[in-house]
Amino acid sequence: MKKFTWFVTLVLAFALVLSACGTAATQAPAAKFRVAVVMPSSTTDLAFGQSMYDALVKVQKEMGADKFEFVYSEGMFVVDDAAAAIRDYATQGFDLIIAHGSQYGSSLQEIAPDFPKTSFAWGTTVDTFGQPNIFAYEALSQEGGYVNGVLAATLSKSGVIGVVGPIETGDAKLYIDGFAAGVAATNPDVKVNVNYIGSFSDVALASEAATTHISAGADVLTGSAQMVVGAIGKAEEAKALWFGTQSNQASLAPSIVVASQVYHWEVMLKEMIALIQKGTLGGQSFTANLANGGQVIEFNSGYSLPADAQALADKTIKGIIDGSIKITLP
Amino acid sequence: MISDLFTTTVLIGILASGIRLSTPYLFAAIGETFGQKSGVLNLGVEGQMLLGAFASFYVALTTGNLWLGLLTAMFVGALMGLAMAYVTVNLHAEQGISGIGFYLFGLGMSDLLFQKLMGTVETVKGFPEIYIPGLSDIPGIGKIFFSQNILVYLAYLLVPLAWFVLNKTTLGLKIRSVGENPDAADSLGVNVARIRYFTIILGGTLSGVAGASMSIALLNVFQQNMTSGLGFIAVALVYFGAWSPIGVLGGALLFSFINSLQLWMQVLSIPIPSDIAVMMPYVVTILVLVATVSKVRAPSALSKPFERGD
Amino acid sequence: MRQKLDTLFDALLPVIATLAALAVGAVMLLFLKVNPIVAYAALWDGAFGNSNAFAETLVKATPLLLVGLGICISFRGDVINIGGEGQMIIGAVLATWVGLNFTGLPGWLTITLSMFAGFVGGAIWGGIPGVLKAYFRVNEILSTVMMNAIAVQLMNFLLRGPMIDPAQAELASQIPQTARLEEIFRLPRLAPTRLHLGALIAVILAVLVYILLWRTTLGYRIRAVGQNPHASRYAGIKVQRYMVLALLLSGAFAGLAGATQVFGVNYRMITDGSSSGFTGSAGFNGIVAALFGGLHPLLTIPASILFGALLVGANKMQRVVQVPSALITALNGLVVVFVVSSEIIRKRRQRKREAVAKRENDTPPPPAGVGDTKIQQAEAGS
Repeated sequence: MKKFTWFVTLVLAFALVLSACGTAATQAPAAKFRVAVVMPSSTTDLAFGQSMYDALVKVQKEMGADKFEFVYSEGMFVVDDAAAAIRDYATQGFDLIIAHGSQYGSSLQEIAPDFPKTSFAWGTTVDTFGQPNIFAYEALSQEGGYVNGVLAATLSKSGVIGVVGPIETGDAKLYIDGFAAGVAATNPDVKVNVNYIGSFSDVALASEAATTHISAGADVLTGSAQMVVGAIGKAEEAKALWFGTQSNQASLAPSIVVASQVYHWEVMLKEMIALIQKGTLGGQSFTANLANGGQVIEFNSGYSLPADAQALADKTIKGIIDGSIKITLP
Repeated sequence: MISDLFTTTVLIGILASGIRLSTPYLFAAIGETFGQKSGVLNLGVEGQMLLGAFASFYVALTTGNLWLGLLTAMFVGALMGLAMAYVTVNLHAEQGISGIGFYLFGLGMSDLLFQKLMGTVETVKGFPEIYIPGLSDIPGIGKIFFSQNILVYLAYLLVPLAWFVLNKTTLGLKIRSVGENPDAADSLGVNVARIRYFTIILGGTLSGVAGASMSIALLNVFQQNMTSGLGFIAVALVYFGAWSPIGVLGGALLFSFINSLQLWMQVLSIPIPSDIAVMMPYVVTILVLVATVSKVRAPSALSKPFERGD
Repeated sequence: MRQKLDTLFDALLPVIATLAALAVGAVMLLFLKVNPIVAYAALWDGAFGNSNAFAETLVKATPLLLVGLGICISFRGDVINIGGEGQMIIGAVLATWVGLNFTGLPGWLTITLSMFAGFVGGAIWGGIPGVLKAYFRVNEILSTVMMNAIAVQLMNFLLRGPMIDPAQAELASQIPQTARLEEIFRLPRLAPTRLHLGALIAVILAVLVYILLWRTTLGYRIRAVGQNPHASRYAGIKVQRYMVLALLLSGAFAGLAGATQVFGVNYRMITDGSSSGFTGSAGFNGIVAALFGGLHPLLTIPASILFGALLVGANKMQRVVQVPSALITALNGLVVVFVVSSEIIRKRRQRKREAVAKRENDTPPPPAGVGDTKIQQAEAGS
């Protein structure tokens, strides 16, 4: 037991000595535009969370680190933890607080009225609760899904396409429904098999779902949310094509990823910041779509897409932007 | 639609993917079996798996050497086991709770290292599927049994090996006696602490391999919390298998087959809500146990720390 | 005096162990180039810094305490309930259903009915593993792990189907959440913070559980079965019935914890597809809190507050020094390991005191240890 006590004392002493050499937290001067973001997943998930983090980094690069600063709370999947974080950031006087998760709505609705001088943003949704200091933002994922679906139907030789989804709701459902609509509009004979695995984290089951699709004859696959990284590898082994969403997934399998739908939240963030600086703190809703560049189909340069398919994709994107293509969801 | 399930493609698909899915369960659950046989309940399997998965992935990614990756996973798992052994054997800590502590530690630590050392999801080229001339070409069976990667075969070799060690060797006898009646074992000169150290470290090592079997053999990717509760299922399977490696194998296969069955049901558009389909393996596992009322008792000293009565 | 100091030390032991774990965490923080003093100052500030922070700590501690009370009952009955997560979910689902449908009644009545529904929901989800264990010999660790997974999928199914918020059902995105509870059906707040009546209910229940376990026949029997099922059977106690009761009650408290989370904190159920998204892992952390409190209902109160403070403070720390949330998870793990390990110090000190007392009194000690260890004939297990 003496040894144990000794160990603890030693560690404590060590920590105290070293901590003296640590760096002190720097206080931000008031002139900076300060943003805090609260998100359920992590900033490195190669999906929903990372898309917002990357956008904030881009905004910071453009505005300069002396004019723009942001902090984040990641892994806030517990709704009441997120609420506490949002309230705390508001108390600290941040200019804009982004609640990057559709589950945070109730919390914002309650907190925002207490901080009328702070601007809040809630995504992905269209609802500002009629609050003058809440912005809403959403991504029309069905648009990118539709484009991917059109391409997938064109490229599939077997006539079977597999989809791996997490849970049948939210952004994933929008994307997958849009994807299926795109396939149906291009070639109604192509079969789309959808597999929701009931989890955002079960990489193993996502991978097995992909294998199942391939065994069932699929030669083109897609999927949404952070656990699909397990599925992409299986597609690569079987030389099936992959369409990505939320983040550019070409780095995971350069030979088979055809295109990814990527969010560029910075487009809407910049508009929001401009509004806030002019004194409008909320009450508007933003949409990231193909038309305003908030959503972009990024083609993988490593995959040589036939010219006619590329032309079809460009035509589809144009059609969605000018409204000549209407996407009907089930 | 339901009749679509009974085509050969689907049956072969279910069996082949069931065998793949069962691999990490087998490593982890057999490791846990050794621990429980000696009277130690380790709920930290999931944490050990995650650290093993990350360690092997990172080493394989940076050195390109899969075997070195596997060894690292074993080492990291063993280290976690060693810590668990010290805490539960020497400090007599409540086993279930220390396991939860080690789980949280592994969950956080693997993610932290992933974020700091890698920063984003990457892929490696994992252990390839082994082609056995002749055997792999047998229609159906070849695809199910003879075109898997090396770790799948090792997992299946581990089952008879573990059974043999537990039931036919002096070491196995000592392990069982320590789990049943540590006082008696102690009075007969068996070193209770040493046996438990051995089984807990072995369990940690195998959990590390279980993690590696996911990150560098079956999935070839690391993502935070990628085991997603698999380690807890592995612990549950030890109870399903009534502390026998053969029983554990049965449980792992049942659970995995039903899981691949539900994937196929969704793919074949059998009209059932996806959430209900996902529920199936859990429900069936319980129902099977209910139907086959087990007569086997848990090791008597399970989860009880041993103190020499002096 | 000496005795008082000893008791004080024992009571403070979990705190000391927590500090030791944080000291190890300080080394990890240094590796991340973060000043541990700044970080831990933020942790303290976030948990106890002002009345609002302390209220948040209590809000966090409430479900831990409720789950922990159930754990006190089940572990005393020697059944290991790790199904708190699922029991919280089912309790919350049932309570929410009542709260959203019985809107014609006076507010207090609907709330009471809802809390009761939460209690019942948890009792069902805990009772099933109890029956399976007592009558079908299905191990409760297995069944509760499986029942957790089943509860999550059931919640997902209900929240995106039958129970979905009518407003969401019309939108394309269909966020899986129920409608919001009307204001009169929420648990009243105790102060101008998020602290709600649930905290008070939990403390009152802690006293009741203490009385149940040590002042009633039911409690005595649950403990007797837990300590020695064979002797209990000879004494005429229906062992199986008390096994079921222990798990059922344990589940009921977890179900109530789920209900108070909805009616006191979130005002609606919402799922991100995992159990922890709703429960905040209170179903697991409650076990830890109960063990920190030595499986004593009253000591579980400060233990829950300690653990709640740690969780709330750690989130604040993440915000202030911007460390990954993964570090917080790892740190929590260390705290749990250190606190359970520190138990041995208390046990050793107690034994030493007893030895001293024995020498001073020089009276023969009672025959210790024989009655309460289960010595059974060794049988081949497989």
